[in-house]
Parts: sequence; structure tokens; C-alpha cells
Amino acid sequence: MSAQPLAPAVTPPTTIRRWTRLSAGFTSGFGLLVVAMIFVPIALGANTVQDMTTLLTYVLMAVMWNALAGYGGLVSIGQQAYIGLGAYATVWLAQHSVDPYLGMLLATVFCGVVAIPLSFLMLRFRGAQFAIGTWVVAEALAIWVSLDNALGAGTGTSLAQLDSYAPTSREHYTYWLTLGFTAFFTGALFLLLRSRLGSSLQAIRDDEDAAASVGVRVVAGKRILFLLAAAGAGAAGAMTLANTLFIEPTAIFSVNYTAFMIFMVLVGGLGTFEGPIIGAIVFYLMQNWLGNDGVWYLVVLGGAAMAFALFLPRGVWGTLEERSGLRFMPVGYRVQRASPAPEEPQ
Amino acid sequence: MTWVNDVIQGVMLGGFYGMLACGLALMFGLMRIINLAHGDIAVLGAYLIYVVLEHWNTSPFVAILPVLPVMLLLGYLLQRLLLERSLRSGMLVPLLTTFGLSIVIQNLLQQGFSPDVRSLGAQAGSVATASWQITSQLSIPAIGALTLGVAVVIFGGLQLFLSRTHSGRQMRATAQDPDTAELVGINSKAVYARATAIAVAIAAIGGMFLAIRSDFYPYSGPTYLIFAFEAVVIGGLGGSLWATLLGGIVLGVAQTIGGQINPEYPVLAGHVVFLLVLLSPRGGLVNLRRATA
Repeated sequence: MSAQPLAPAVTPPTTIRRWTRLSAGFTSGFGLLVVAMIFVPIALGANTVQDMTTLLTYVLMAVMWNALAGYGGLVSIGQQAYIGLGAYATVWLAQHSVDPYLGMLLATVFCGVVAIPLSFLMLRFRGAQFAIGTWVVAEALAIWVSLDNALGAGTGTSLAQLDSYAPTSREHYTYWLTLGFTAFFTGALFLLLRSRLGSSLQAIRDDEDAAASVGVRVVAGKRILFLLAAAGAGAAGAMTLANTLFIEPTAIFSVNYTAFMIFMVLVGGLGTFEGPIIGAIVFYLMQNWLGNDGVWYLVVLGGAAMAFALFLPRGVWGTLEERSGLRFMPVGYRVQRASPAPEEPQ
Repeated sequence: MTWVNDVIQGVMLGGFYGMLACGLALMFGLMRIINLAHGDIAVLGAYLIYVVLEHWNTSPFVAILPVLPVMLLLGYLLQRLLLERSLRSGMLVPLLTTFGLSIVIQNLLQQGFSPDVRSLGAQAGSVATASWQITSQLSIPAIGALTLGVAVVIFGGLQLFLSRTHSGRQMRATAQDPDTAELVGINSKAVYARATAIAVAIAAIGGMFLAIRSDFYPYSGPTYLIFAFEAVVIGGLGGSLWATLLGGIVLGVAQTIGGQINPEYPVLAGHVVFLLVLLSPRGGLVNLRRATA
């Protein structure tokens, strides 16, 4: 490396970029995919539509859990609180003669609103206290719902009001609403992470105390994630109800939902944007292959979550990203030297 | 008089919760982690006792004797193989690891022992059913008194161990400052492994009382993990060991009084008390560490 002209004695020029050609291509490709998915019910059969609804619900759950844990550093074991609340709020609204689909939208908003007072209680905590605090809230809600006779008490209830729609159009509407919710919440997170607040959130993720010390408003950032994740999980709950039509408290408030979210996010990549989506696809495929033997499937699920947490904490996508430098969805900044800068002499 | 009776029943129930919370508090005090598989480990202990009883016609109080060394070993391995590695990478990884472990234990138990609901109450003999009738409305069940007595012995024993033995002093030193403890020659990894072994063995004792007092099945663990954690937090996270027992008693009394108001409320009442304690400015009844720091 000799005989090169010395660089002028100034800081080597750097460029800060968000977009690369790859990420621009991929992000617009992603947008096109969402648009294309609108036509799934027209192009494909009824089974596919229902399967896709399930997959999209998983994506939504994983993306929302990752918003909280991956960016806010908050491991929640109580997201099933909002899944159950979203589902039961839909039932309650339908009982009070609100159209079920409108009810699902309102239930989603309701979950976000309920999370406001809860956030003041829960965000005082970190780590294990937050994890089990959210879990206790979910358990308390499950008991409370199971004591309410109008909501079917412990034996559960169904969304009979959806029968006013023909089965095929019902499936289609459910699919489109799920697609809409998933696109909306994923898009909202994307824009949030690219905003000024997003830099704060990623700073919180990397080191909360250091972020606070340079003036990042840690609690405000976490609160936004908390509300977003609550509303997103509420939407996922409403969609689970719309897809299965029947719910009972122990199942819809089951901690297993959070176990699924943890698995999807850990496999895909905690704190990466694309990871949870990949994790949801892996989870969906795994469920189709191993679904017949429930017990072993859960053993594999728990074991994989442990193995990823211990040995590959950035997950499949995070590791790939680290090794290759690829960024498909630009939520961060890339600092690059304009040219391979030679070191200054002495 | 029923209220007095409720409080007494609640105190004895609290001894049980304290016993379940003891290991959780020990591990949290030392390593700042909460083992989310703690409840499932207690249930695992109950199943191991059940296995011993299948081959040996005796009482659960005897059957636990061969189980305890197994649990000590399991605890040691748990620390060495899983938790030690998870401790290196911040606050999230131990939570996620132990949550995964919890799912694995539950479903392996489901696979090995079927989903049947079991109880060891019958094998415990008259202890499980006997009670002292004090007045017409006040009776003290033998198993309740025994639970509370054993809880006090466990907490007292652990307190003596921590204050009087060399190994216990090493634990306290490591809890206060692991780096400085290392400087004076304490192997913190060995200390952690010993503590987890003790925590897991105490969980098994809790599991034995769980199995005698009520039913258990492979997925019982999380409920008891939540109760145990509530006891730890009500007592004041990071406070003293005795505060954890006190927290368990508060939870037990809250549950029995809640159950008196409405038979459907006991667990809900416990959760509400827990959330109220979280709301309180100090976040716990006793918070010695913060008070003395």
C-alpha cells in the first residue's frame, strides 16, 4: 500500500446514509408484496386465505413483542392480556350491537387506551419485575373475565354476530382486516424507528443508563412502545377471535401466546426489524409440521428459545445482518468513509 | 371469629408461599435474576417424590430424602450449564432462558406423567387431614402448622447458613459485590452454583407441600411461580430473607380473606394486593437494602 498520495490533513470525509440501493429495492419490494397480498383471496382458495390470516396474526404478534423487548428492553410475559382483552372487547361490543368488524377496530383502540394507565404502573419496573408484573395483570384480567356471566364466564363465548356475513366473505374480510392491521402496525413501527424518537429508542435498547445520561427521555420512549405493543396485541387478539370464532378465558389469556412471541422473536432476531417476520414464518411452518404432536412441539419450542437466547442472541436475521452488513429495511443509519481512507502519518 | 380463623389459615398458607419464594429470593439477591422455571422445578420435585412413592410404600416426608440430593445436583447443573452463560449477557437473556426452560420442563412432565391430576395427600396419612379444634369456628389443620413450621426452619436455617458458615459469608460477599469478592479469592461461579443448588432443593420441599396440600399436574408450575414472585415482591425485592417469608404471609392472608368475601376471589385478591404493593412508593413492605444503603 505504498506510493499513494497522502490525504489532506482533515477528518476523512464520511457519508451518513439511510438508504442503500438494496434497502430501497427491498423496502419498495416489501410494500409491493403487501399490495399484492390484498389479492390473495381472489387468486387463492379458502384454505390458503385462512392459513395466511393465521400467519399474518403471528407476524403481528412477533413484531409487537419485539417492539417492546427488542427496542424498549422490556421483556413482557403478559402480552396475552391484550390478546384476551382485544378478543373480549370485540365480543362485548358485538353484544351491544356494534358491527363485529368495526368492533375489532374499536377493541384495538381500547387496548391502547387501557395500556395508558397500566404503563404508569408497569414502566416503573425493569427486568423480572416488569416481566412478572405484566403476567400478573394478564392473570387478573383472565380471572375477572371468567367471573363475568355476560361474557360466557369460564366456559367461553362465540362471536355469533359474524354469522350475519356469508362464510366466504367473512373469511375474506377477516383476512383483509388482518393484513391491514399487520401492515399498519409494522409500518407504524418502521416510521417510529426512523423518526427522531427512533434514534432514542435504539439508544435505549443498546444501553438504557447511557441513553438517559445524554438526555434521552427513556420513559417517554418506552411508553410509546408499550402503548403500540398493547394495541397491536389487542388487534392480534381480535383477529384470533375472528379466525376461530370461539374463545374461552384460559385459552385466550394463555401465557402460551407470549411463549410463541418469544420463540418467534428469538429465532428471527431480537431487536432487528426483519427478524420477527422471519421468526413468524419459521413458527408457522414448524406448527404445520409438528402440530400433530403438541407436547414435543412445545418442548422443541422452549428448547429452541433457550438455545437461541444463549448461543445466538441476535437470532437468525441479526447474525446474518452482523456478518454481511446487509440491511433490508433501513431503520438505522450507515456511516461510511467516502473512500478507504489512509491513516494520517504519525 | 371467622376473621381470626381466616388470618390464621392465611398465615399458614403464607408459610407455604414463603417456602416457594425462598429459593427465588436467594437467587435474586445473589445474581439479580428471576428463575422463571422456579414453579416448574417445584412441580418437578413433587413428581420425583411421586416416582419414589411408586416404588417404596412410605410417606412423602420420607420419600423426599432421596429426592433432595438429586435436586441439589440438578440445581448445580442448571447454574453451570445454563444460567452461568446467560448471566454474561445482560438482563434479558436469563429471563428468556428460564422461560424456555419452564416450557421444556412442563411439557416433558406432560409427556412422562400424562396430564392426570395427582395428589400425595393420601400417602401423607393423618397429617394431611388432622386438625386441632380450638373453638367451634377456629381450627388449626396439622398440615398448615407443619408447613409454617418447616418454612420457619428453612428460613432460619438459611439465615444461619448465610451468617455463620464460610460458604454463607462467601455468598453474602458475592451478593454485595462480585468483582471485589473475586479479588479476595472467592470463586463467584462456584458460589452461584451452590446457591442455585440450594434454591432448587428448597423448591422441591415446597413442591412436596404443594403435592400434599392440593392437586398438581404438569402445568401447575406457573401459578406457583407467580405466587412465589408476589411473595418476594411484597416482602421487598432485594430485602432480607425474613421479609420474603413475611411477604408470603401477607399474600396468604390476602388470599384467604379474599376467599371469605367471595369463594371465587382468593387468587384475584392476592394479585390485587401485589399490584397495590407495586404502586406504593417504596415498592415493597421492607426494603432493607435501600434503607441501609
